Amino acid sequence: MTLTHTSAGSAARRPRGAARQSRAGMAFVAAYVILLIAFGVLPTAYAVYFAFTDAGGTFTGISNFLTTGHDFRFMGAVSHIAVYLVFWLASLVVFVVGLALLLHRLASGTAGKALRFLYYIPGALAGAASVLVWLFMLDPTVSPVSSLLSALGFHTFGEVIAPGNLPVLFTIIAFWTGAGGWIVVMYGALNNIPTDVMEAARIDGANAWQTAWRVQIPMLRKWIVYMVILAFAGGAQLFVEPQLLSLASVGVAGRDYSLNQLTYDFAFQMNNINGAAAVSVELLVVSVSAAAVFVARSGFFDAE
Amino acid sequence: MSRTQHRAPERRRPRPQPRVVSRLLTGSVLTVFVVFFVLPVLWLLLAATKTDQQLVHDSPLSIGSWHAFMANWHGLTAFQDDAILLWLRNSALYAVISLAITLCVAVPAGYALAMTEFRGRRMLLISTLVVMLMPNATLVVPLFLEINAVHLIGTMWSIILPYSFYPFGVYLTYIYFTTAVPKDLLAAARMDGCSEFGVFRHIALPLATPVIALVGFFSFVANWTNYFLPYVMLPESSQMPIQVGVGNLLSSVPSFNPAVGDVAIQRPELALATLVAITPVLVVFLFAQRFLVSGMLAGATKE
Repeated sequence: MTLTHTSAGSAARRPRGAARQSRAGMAFVAAYVILLIAFGVLPTAYAVYFAFTDAGGTFTGISNFLTTGHDFRFMGAVSHIAVYLVFWLASLVVFVVGLALLLHRLASGTAGKALRFLYYIPGALAGAASVLVWLFMLDPTVSPVSSLLSALGFHTFGEVIAPGNLPVLFTIIAFWTGAGGWIVVMYGALNNIPTDVMEAARIDGANAWQTAWRVQIPMLRKWIVYMVILAFAGGAQLFVEPQLLSLASVGVAGRDYSLNQLTYDFAFQMNNINGAAAVSVELLVVSVSAAAVFVARSGFFDAE
Repeated sequence: MSRTQHRAPERRRPRPQPRVVSRLLTGSVLTVFVVFFVLPVLWLLLAATKTDQQLVHDSPLSIGSWHAFMANWHGLTAFQDDAILLWLRNSALYAVISLAITLCVAVPAGYALAMTEFRGRRMLLISTLVVMLMPNATLVVPLFLEINAVHLIGTMWSIILPYSFYPFGVYLTYIYFTTAVPKDLLAAARMDGCSEFGVFRHIALPLATPVIALVGFFSFVANWTNYFLPYVMLPESSQMPIQVGVGNLLSSVPSFNPAVGDVAIQRPELALATLVAITPVLVVFLFAQRFLVSGMLAGATKE
């Protein structure tokens, strides 16, 4: 509302410059708008269309949602993802923020730089590579921490990747690859807290713990929320980890662990494109609405 | 989980020599995590130099031999006649072309959203935010249908074009320009008779180097490590990027999948393939590293 006002106001004052700017602005975004429509809007619309029709294109209401919802694997996949998300988001918030704070306190100069780099290295192994590495780490016959594994009571690869352990294992893999990047981001945000604010806290007699809890963490809030939003969206679309594990697990882990594996199976194994679209739409709705709640609560995008 | 429970009470307890104790604690927590983050990578590096027997029987952090390393390399390249090199080439091709498109598209778009007024700007900003929050992998099946409808399945464009669409890059650029570049600077240039394109080219673009590096880095890594989309779009081995390729190798390792026949790949060869797959990202990271912090900061420091 406010925005339209100001732009109209300035347009009235300097009609020529504003029109010129407006035209240039549109030219600058044109290519992006094309890609946005082709690979953002259209596929979404396509998914919605397929979710509400059958193979012949006839409108079928919510029957695709019912069919997939009643599929024996559906609730399993939903609960797998839910449990995984709890582990993943909790570990991310606690450890990333904690490590960034510790790094920020300890690390001046080279030590901090070196640590941030070391933490970031696994970031290069995202995707299939990280899963492969962890298949080795979790296989007691070759793992460098096999003594730790056996202390925890795991002696064979099959025992380690038992279905009950999977949420924790996927959390470890995702944290290992993803945390370093977020630590860099949080560290940068901590650096941005004005020195006089930190100085004031110190003069008021706050110790490190109090400074972290009362000053630094509140000032990181937007970044934490942002991290949680992206991690939630990323976690809900789990695919490569369970898919590769199912290839390597001698049948212990199924091909239908996550919702995205289920969409893949519906689309390409069972030839039920409409069912696959229905599951995709559900995932989209859940992810986007969760993000919307976070955004509304945190005011992250108040930059406007 | 258990680590937090450890840490919290220790931090709160009364400290006789606060400086020393807290330094020690900080140091040890940071070290534990160094081991967690680095040990698997180190192991991977060493594993590639061993034979499968050595992998199982020798100490996990021992070094193998050059001979074994070369044998692993030959074993790896023998798989489907140099398939690994082909996959690498494919990955490079897909990641670099889409990176170029992303930069050409995202930087002007973020600039325009931040620095100019035009009709539909607010609407575009909101849709960028929404799309950015949308999980990409859920769109893989609809994307497949769309690409199929225009007969591009099996061509490299079926993944390059979707990769090129990178709303996060637009958002980063937008944040950067709104916070780090004063509007007055552009207004002054306009006053001096600079065209809108000239303002972008001569004023905004040179100032945007950190954010360009940042967007380039994130986009390259995202494209290089994507698995689901190429897995669906390019099922033929000759067209796979390295990510899908090493996944393919995995199912040829007997100890993970006893059902394989003659085409078996041993574990050290798989470790070597994983190393090969990550090297480009590590190299790019080394070059982009200084921008990561400075770019992030630049995006938030100035008002």
